[in-house]
Amino acid sequence: MSNFETVIGLEVHVELKTKTKAFCGCANQFGAEPNTNTCPICLGHPGVLPILNHEAVDYAIKAALALNCEISRETKFDRKNYFYPDNPKAYQISQFDQPIGRNGYIEIELDGEKKRIGVHRLHLEEDAGKLNHLEDGSGSLVDFNRVGTPLIEIVSEADMRDPHEAYLYLEKLKAIMQYIDVSDVKMEEGSLRCDANISIRPFGQTTFGTKTELKNLNSFTFVEKGLAYEEKRQEKVLLSGGEVVQETRRYNDATKATTVMRGKEGSEDYRYFPEPDIIKLKIDQEWIDRIEAEIPELPDSRQKRYVEEFGLPEYDAMVLTQAKTMSDFFQDAVAEGADAKLVSNWLMGDVSAYLNSKYKTIDQVPMTAKGLAKLVQLIEKGTISSKIAKKVFKDLIEKGGDPEEIVKAKGLVQISDEGALREMLAPILEANKQSMIDYKNGKDRALGFLVGQVMKQTHGKANPKMVNKIILEEIDKL
Amino acid sequence: MPLFEEGLVSLSQKLHSKEIKASDLVDEAFTRIHDVDGDVQAFLTLNEEAARSEAKAIDENGSAEDAILTGMPIGIKDNMVTKGLKTTCASHILENYDPLYDATVVEKVKTQKAITIGKLNMDEFAMGSSTETSSFAITKNPWDLERVPGGSSGGSAAAVAAGEVLFALGTDTGGSIRQPSAFCGVVGMKPTYGRVSRYGLVAFASSLDQAGPITRTVEDNAYLLETIAGLDRHDSTSADLAVPHYAAALTGDIKGLRVAVPKEYLGEGIDESVKANIRAAIKQLESLGAVVDEVSLPHSKYAVPAYYIIASSEASANLARFDGVRYGVRAETNDLIDMYNKSRSEGFGDEVKRRIMLGTFALSSGYYDAYYKKAQQVRTLIKQDFEKVFKDHDIIVGPTTPTTAFKIGENIDDPLTMYANDLLTIPVNLAGIPAISLPCGLADGLPVGLQMIGRPFGEETLYRAAHAYEQTAGFTLTPAKGAMNK
Repeated sequence: MSNFETVIGLEVHVELKTKTKAFCGCANQFGAEPNTNTCPICLGHPGVLPILNHEAVDYAIKAALALNCEISRETKFDRKNYFYPDNPKAYQISQFDQPIGRNGYIEIELDGEKKRIGVHRLHLEEDAGKLNHLEDGSGSLVDFNRVGTPLIEIVSEADMRDPHEAYLYLEKLKAIMQYIDVSDVKMEEGSLRCDANISIRPFGQTTFGTKTELKNLNSFTFVEKGLAYEEKRQEKVLLSGGEVVQETRRYNDATKATTVMRGKEGSEDYRYFPEPDIIKLKIDQEWIDRIEAEIPELPDSRQKRYVEEFGLPEYDAMVLTQAKTMSDFFQDAVAEGADAKLVSNWLMGDVSAYLNSKYKTIDQVPMTAKGLAKLVQLIEKGTISSKIAKKVFKDLIEKGGDPEEIVKAKGLVQISDEGALREMLAPILEANKQSMIDYKNGKDRALGFLVGQVMKQTHGKANPKMVNKIILEEIDKL
Repeated sequence: MPLFEEGLVSLSQKLHSKEIKASDLVDEAFTRIHDVDGDVQAFLTLNEEAARSEAKAIDENGSAEDAILTGMPIGIKDNMVTKGLKTTCASHILENYDPLYDATVVEKVKTQKAITIGKLNMDEFAMGSSTETSSFAITKNPWDLERVPGGSSGGSAAAVAAGEVLFALGTDTGGSIRQPSAFCGVVGMKPTYGRVSRYGLVAFASSLDQAGPITRTVEDNAYLLETIAGLDRHDSTSADLAVPHYAAALTGDIKGLRVAVPKEYLGEGIDESVKANIRAAIKQLESLGAVVDEVSLPHSKYAVPAYYIIASSEASANLARFDGVRYGVRAETNDLIDMYNKSRSEGFGDEVKRRIMLGTFALSSGYYDAYYKKAQQVRTLIKQDFEKVFKDHDIIVGPTTPTTAFKIGENIDDPLTMYANDLLTIPVNLAGIPAISLPCGLADGLPVGLQMIGRPFGEETLYRAAHAYEQTAGFTLTPAKGAMNK
């Protein structure tokens, strides 16, 4: 390992899924025809005034509470001034010195150890529009649908010491936002965006080294990869006697490297000052209590409960609670009376494999929690074998329905009637007498072959335990 | 006698009783504009076709239930957006701008079926005290065509004084309704901040801007304010307070009214001829039963510098949207930064640029505390000065301006002298309180404005006092020379 300690801080922007924009009545909607969700207010026409959307404030308070922040009782908005075609007023309404939330934390789990990453502040602001540069270079088109969408900016403390911690922080942050249902948190749609600050310093040094900021990080994996590259790059610079330059860098996944985007001299003076068009906002205890009551059980608490209440291994509990939809599905299946560990095995195994291969989430397939619970119960009762269950599952997850019906319709019920099995086995064993003799003579593998023959001819419906028992009895009789 | 000299109440009654028609009123406006506006140049855009057809509709369908403003010709300052009617803020950068909506104040007068005659000249983006910074025309004072009408609502005050409209709407950020009203001998009210919606006023300094009426009489003023005031869901700084029937306050009785006269308002830098008129007016108030007291507003001397920092800082952000990207004038270049620079350099005039630069500087990192923050502290002190006086006084009285109307070109190259012209009006905006200016006589043939300042939302008291004075002062409103004699 190197002699340097890495220091990482993240700035995350989360788009809130309020019905309307932050300061006007336009719909807040992703993917509409360009410039259809606009009005004189969000287009920054002369004379317009912003009206604060209180649903956006509700969501910001909810997010701040879920991240264990203190809530500012009195807060205000400020203007952040800069010129760009996607910023129609040439200032962004944001919060400068009185963010809605402060001093929170997110807990991550690293090699079984829990670590708290501080949340320095959380504030509410508006999003910009989107520039589409024409491919032939003849110009750029602006789409103002996104302008004025409420965003929360979540600034972490510089508490992360490894790129993987940044990855875990983002996963947990995303999960919490999903649980409280304030955002779609889809990086591919831009409803979650992340900038990363990284510096390194010799172990033992208390002051921070010069940091660089990484942008253009389009996935959590890129955040981790970009930071890992940057960590090595800075180390190389320092070891060769150079100095890290404060600058903004872009991560390029094709080259797996970061390149300079702009230097420090390019950093702007945003000339923040209080937004005179929006009156000060007072957040009283009643407001906070109302929002607090809306917050569902969060992943950390569920994880703990799955271990204590259902006896799940820590790892299972962590994986199942990462996404709220998955966790809800699990809980619903258990509530149907299925064994928790068996449900967990299915969800983490076949279900996840299927979802990953189809790029889907659990709420996007026809299978219901009740369906999976029944499948698990059919196996437990011995109605079908694990092998048959795989066949039923394929139908269940693709088409939904009742596993019992699927089993019946396909004639997949396991044959566990001893008399019937003996009758069915007799001709098969007769035809494979040599294998029975082989087994008796110590060739253990022969038993497997015999069972295989039976399963093949019964299309997997024979109860394997009983088949085993009958074959051994017949061999004994030889 | 020209119809407009009769006043709103009389005209409205005659309209209801079909003694006159709305078309007569609109005719008078356009005839007068035709006769005198070539000299006065109060209007930037006329709304003749629509105005005549609206008047015709009223004449055909009008009823006794119509509002008092129905059919009355009104002029709108060109920084209030009017749907489909060009709104330029007297700036090249908006010379082609057609708004998509009506300002709330415009919508309110339209709802009462007042008839918009046209859009009135002003200092560019309301930055100025003489209407000389307009990109399009210099409006003349109807009392003396060689003199300025004041500003920034110079077009509004001049149009009312010249009889081109019955009344007009103006805006006041540091005196822009009261100073031109004083210079042109008309009545102008700057309401309490929050009394009138700012939605649709092209913002200059958002924490100071307020729209208000400019009229020939106090009574007309009271009716027009009642129409435009009130809570607006489009403006979160508008006050959730019921709007009084202001005209009911015009009782003529001001016995026992406690009047404060700040010594700073009759001190150094105020013309003797102005002081003499104000002293006479104060005597008049006393004779009506008011109790007059001298007081001090010790921090008012810091008001002008504090104002220029706060107003310019807010303006630097408010005017940043005029960037050539979405509307207004765009300079054609191949580069984004060039496009911004060129569009704004060519689109804005010198005074606007001066204030954008001043505000940008004051907000810059490293200077914010020394300028913007300090100015806000001064603002608090000025507010407290007023609060102290209002503990045991009902109104404050003094001149509106240090001088009468100055000559065109006299101050335009001397910003500091020009800014000092607003020293008696600016403290009112910084404190967010209401004030009215009304004529109180002539000095060398030019009108002198009497300013009455009130408590927050104390417009009724101001109207009562102003009306009582107006009814007994016997000041004739008609300009005696210049364009008016044609």
